Amino acid sequence: MKEILAAILMLLGSALALIASIGVIRMPDMFSRMQASSKAGTLGIGLAAAGAAVFFHAVPVTSRALLIIVFFLLTAPVAAHIIARSAYLMRVPMWEGTLMDEWRGRLTEDKTEPSGSDPAS
Amino acid sequence: MSLPEGLAANAAAISLLILAAAMLLAFARVVLGPTLPDRVIALDLLTSCAAAFMVAYSVRSGNPVFMDVAIVIALVAFLATVGFARYVAKRAEQER
Repeated sequence: MKEILAAILMLLGSALALIASIGVIRMPDMFSRMQASSKAGTLGIGLAAAGAAVFFHAVPVTSRALLIIVFFLLTAPVAAHIIARSAYLMRVPMWEGTLMDEWRGRLTEDKTEPSGSDPAS
Repeated sequence: MSLPEGLAANAAAISLLILAAAMLLAFARVVLGPTLPDRVIALDLLTSCAAAFMVAYSVRSGNPVFMDVAIVIALVAFLATVGFARYVAKRAEQER
């Protein structure tokens, strides 16, 4: 039973990591690639760590697996947000099918006002 | 060193192969990526795949020491991503 559960968890986790990589290859623009990588990658490594915890069935390994899971759950959204924000500031082009961009206009307004004498923008 | 036999160890070997394929695809995005943030997120995915690879390898080899390697890779991945993102933001400021 323990072996079967560990095998299922690890195969699911690595399949999710593969899905994340396929999304990073196939998605049309940088922002959708970012969400594919951060969500599916986090779930993939979380499931793999849970599978290792089930397989070893010992307190030290389980605490390390919990540490990995909690750490990825805490840091992956922060990293994705920081990258998406700096990519938006860099004006990475969006997919032409994008329906909503709530920062459109605000960014240029914010940026041109302090440096209004800049003719380049 | 004798490898453990059993269903979970074989599943760990299969998931090592799957993770290797995932890392290859992420590396293809690092090479192809049209912009710098594309490469940064592909490197982020590459390091989290490496952490999952170490977890699966610790199950495959039956040695729980490799879980510590996964923890260290996770820490370094977050720091590297934040550093790259700050670099990208700073370059965006300079280009404007």
